[in-house]
Amino acid sequence: MENNLSNNYSHIKGWGIDADPENEPTYPMKHYTGDDHRRLDWERPPQQLENIEVLHSSERPTVSAVFGAPHPPSGLSGAIRRQAFKYSESSFGHWLPLLLADRINVVEGFVDDLRRGHIPNIFIESGWKAAWKHNRKGVITRMVVGTVLAVGIVAAILAKKRDK
Amino acid sequence: MLAMNYRGPRRIRVDHKPYPEILHPGDAIVRVIRTCICGSDLHLYHGMVPDTRVGTTFGHEFIGIVEEIGSSVQNLKKGDQVLVPFNIACGKCAFCKQELYGNCHESNPEATAVGGIFGYSHTAGGYDGGQAEYVRVPYADIGPTVIPDDMDPDDAVLLTDVVPTGYQAAEMGGIKPGDTVVVFGAGPIGIMAAKCAWLFGAGRVIIIDHLEYRLEFARHYAQCEAYNFRSLEDPVLFLKRETGWLGADVCIDAVGADAAGSALHTITGKKLMLQAGSAIALHWAINSVKKGGILSIVGVYGPTGNLVPIGNVVNKGLTVRANQASVKRLLPRLIKHVQDGYIDPKGLITHRIPLEEIADAYHIFSSKLDNCIKTVLIPPSARN
Repeated sequence: MENNLSNNYSHIKGWGIDADPENEPTYPMKHYTGDDHRRLDWERPPQQLENIEVLHSSERPTVSAVFGAPHPPSGLSGAIRRQAFKYSESSFGHWLPLLLADRINVVEGFVDDLRRGHIPNIFIESGWKAAWKHNRKGVITRMVVGTVLAVGIVAAILAKKRDK
Repeated sequence: MLAMNYRGPRRIRVDHKPYPEILHPGDAIVRVIRTCICGSDLHLYHGMVPDTRVGTTFGHEFIGIVEEIGSSVQNLKKGDQVLVPFNIACGKCAFCKQELYGNCHESNPEATAVGGIFGYSHTAGGYDGGQAEYVRVPYADIGPTVIPDDMDPDDAVLLTDVVPTGYQAAEMGGIKPGDTVVVFGAGPIGIMAAKCAWLFGAGRVIIIDHLEYRLEFARHYAQCEAYNFRSLEDPVLFLKRETGWLGADVCIDAVGADAAGSALHTITGKKLMLQAGSAIALHWAINSVKKGGILSIVGVYGPTGNLVPIGNVVNKGLTVRANQASVKRLLPRLIKHVQDGYIDPKGLITHRIPLEEIADAYHIFSSKLDNCIKTVLIPPSARN
């Protein structure tokens, strides 16, 4: 490959005279073969059937040969994700809407649970059983602080109403 | 089958999900017998990684038994007990051919900056992970490695990520005999990086964290010095003083986006998410390494951007080396190291918890309760 390359640059005097194959700072992470100079010209693995919607980065021409399939975009969060993928990975226009979509997706997940007759047990899902076992003082502190704050807010609202 | 189900930040549960299907001729279905919670799973759990969809199953550290193989799989057969590297690699693209198996270009359609990773959001390919009874494993001829008969499953499961990532952190440090190596973060990866730094000939290994129980663990497990940054006025100044005022030869960031130690980073990175998590460990690493020194980064950060003193990287002439571990490249050497007794992966395990109690397991690990270092989850079928 080096010979081919030097032929390509024979019109440039001194091309490659100081090239040092030993000076490869990415070794041993990378065993340099020059394959990446061939760009996308590798024999691709067979393509996974694209029978669901798969969003792909605008920084690549197609989807990768394989991909995860279980959670295609859907609902409002899916619409936001589709918009986000119009921007490159270099843009906040890509990542910040995705974070927003994630939060909306949480609400969608909650509604979906209810629709399927499942009431999420947020205490169990948050691991409060372990917190109660290993950090009882912390749990009680949070409960007391939460209660005091809630009572304070309600009292303030009631006082404001009375003043009116 | 039972599988972890992400419902939102700090909310997960175990649900019944459909058995995974072969979707590609190179796929295998693996019955999980051990799976771990990784420190980087906490970034997902805390809602910090964009495109983490509700319903996803996390888990990129797992081993299991091959239950089914796709039509083109040659190297595995039903019944093989395999350890599965966390990165999904095709073996054919330019990056895989150069052994950059963590940077495969044929396993993640959603982002080009990272290859596919099991159970690590759609930003890493949208695959369901191994915190389940069964998991779909793409490119089964490339990544999965048959576990040697004499290897303990608890050792094997830590060879899927923790050991290779810690080892590569030290390897990327280009450690020369006698070097002073500072590791930021005494989680499982940081402790393993400190342990592996000795294998490369380090003369002194220092680990920095704020959790006393982890520092104590690191002192014993990695035979290194361990300091609590909460008890130091300024960790950078302390390290300069400790290294003859020039700084460490090598600094390793083994913390990533969940770092504690700076109100500014916590508020802007973890609360307001104006940067991709808190980068205070990386900030300290840059400022603690000597001029012309090497900075090795294995801590995981989000894809947006972080506040770090990049000017100091330039002015000090630092060499920065970073990557997801190339597990497949490292496995033959690391399996030998485990068999020869140089590394004791299962010594990191402090908790063994049934998969069904995964919400509690995450809470314990996330909140650093019960002196937790490393948690292994065991599915019901592997307990019988």
